[in-house]
Amino acid sequence: MTAGAAGPRVAPYDVARVRGEFPILAQRVHGQPLVYLDNAATTQKPRAVLDALRTYYETANANVHRGVHTLSERATAGFEGARQTVARFLHAAEPREIIFTRNATEGVNLVAQTFGRQRVGAGDEVLVTAMEHHSNIVPWQMLCESAGARLRVVPIDDEGALRMDELRRLIGPRTKIVAVSQLSNALGTINPVAEIIAIAHEAGAAVLVDGAQAAYHMPVDVQALDCDFYVCTGHKLYGPTGIGVLYGKAAHLEAMPPYQGGGDMIASVTFEKTTYNVIPAKFEAGTPNIAGAIGLAAGLDYMTAIGMDRIQAHEQELLEYGTAALAAVPGLRLIGTAPRKASILSFVIDGIHPHDIGTIVDREGVAIRTGHHCAQPVMERFGVPATARASLALYNTREDIDRLVASLHTVHEVFG
Amino acid sequence: MSELNELYQQMILDHNRRPRNFRAIEAPSRVQEGYNPLCGDRLTLYVTLDGDIVADVAFQGSGCAISKASASLMTEALKGKRVDEARALFDRFHRMITTPPDQPVEDLGKLSVLAGVREFPTRVKCASLAWHTMKTAVADETAGPVTTE
Ligand SMILES: Cc1ncc(COP(=O)(O)O)c(C=O)c1O
Repeated sequence: MTAGAAGPRVAPYDVARVRGEFPILAQRVHGQPLVYLDNAATTQKPRAVLDALRTYYETANANVHRGVHTLSERATAGFEGARQTVARFLHAAEPREIIFTRNATEGVNLVAQTFGRQRVGAGDEVLVTAMEHHSNIVPWQMLCESAGARLRVVPIDDEGALRMDELRRLIGPRTKIVAVSQLSNALGTINPVAEIIAIAHEAGAAVLVDGAQAAYHMPVDVQALDCDFYVCTGHKLYGPTGIGVLYGKAAHLEAMPPYQGGGDMIASVTFEKTTYNVIPAKFEAGTPNIAGAIGLAAGLDYMTAIGMDRIQAHEQELLEYGTAALAAVPGLRLIGTAPRKASILSFVIDGIHPHDIGTIVDREGVAIRTGHHCAQPVMERFGVPATARASLALYNTREDIDRLVASLHTVHEVFG
Repeated sequence: MSELNELYQQMILDHNRRPRNFRAIEAPSRVQEGYNPLCGDRLTLYVTLDGDIVADVAFQGSGCAISKASASLMTEALKGKRVDEARALFDRFHRMITTPPDQPVEDLGKLSVLAGVREFPTRVKCASLAWHTMKTAVADETAGPVTTE
């Protein structure tokens, strides 16, 4: 690119420096430098996150919202500061629209069991897509079963793209909730969620977006999307496990009943009557994962400092390189070739089961996921029992992909 | 590489490519489904009993090389055995694949090619799926589908 007229100069993406900030990547596995390509399952943690956890426990650990002493104030400030960081990252209107959960799964269950129970009655419908993760299927199935409602499924095409014509056909006056992933973990497909939300709202349905995968691959703006709910999970956002996020429009959250009862979620308790706290506290019963929230915020800050646009550009470049490199492997077929994709490469190889592929490449230090990726309906749609999946993140390189391809040649050698 | 070669020996690759007794049996004495939810391996085992003798045994399904080869080798090993011998062989096979790799194991003839899974703890279930399924199939009362979980 030539230095043109306007615009600040952006330094080139320094992936070596990025890698240096992830201590776990420096190790060898089976004598080979580790190539970590299972980011869709969980991402590794930069030093900034590990330091934030340590600093919290070494200097601020106390319970939140419960004490006047200095440490409690510090812990509360850290925890509520994390909420602000998440709100900024997702572009929520206000921090009180951010509920801390255990993970994305808990966010979906929370909405299904509160908002869902209020909104969905006998004869109503909940719409999901054929590419959802089990965590965005089963909670809705449970709701539909107890409410006497019907779960309907938008199909996908042979490339793994959502059939928007079918979605338009399936959304109707009975549709109360649409639950859709912004980015499919099994296929890499990016769904046109803004368009889906507009269609759903037109029909009077609310939309929950599963952003478990999207939030670490692309910029997210919940206000621009106009989604009613958005869930994501800390361990894929370069943060710790055990912390997740539910964003909900304040008006919804205020009208919803609590999910769990206990401490912190109340305003006052007598044995006759309890009044609930305001949001977000109403949905955060019991001592929260304080360190987790602080670690998550550090992960988000880490991504923000690099820039989500730049991360996305880096990963898109890897996706293109990886797609071409894998296409050259004999007998390999990509599962998920939608026009709009993120850096997830799901594939099968003729006559070789993904599980065998996974074991053999692991011996060369290459970590990929094999299996159904918690998306059994996707496997069924493509007529495969499982796939192998390489998912790329901000610290991956072309060399990582070259190593994967080399290890796939070993797979062919072993299988003759 | 040597542990890999130990796992994927020629005999295993051969049984994966051309599994023996890979068919359905019409009107079997016992049919049993086996499922490994971790990797999606699925098999259906058919057994024909003549008194307490395994007169015929066959399987169908999809799975990795290890699970397919293990099922194939098992069907070969079981034919003509008494049911109590089949159960005893389950125990011996199970012991072989779960003994730590640095300890000696009993020689089970052809079945010994599967001893290589001991170096790959995540693959032990692949090797044992068919055997668990068989154990349930020849049990006195068969229950629901077998899973390795
Ligand atoms: C698309 C998608 N949704 C939901 C989840 C669930 O995330 P968690 O298990 O952290 O709740 C995942 C990750 O496994 C995912 O990839």
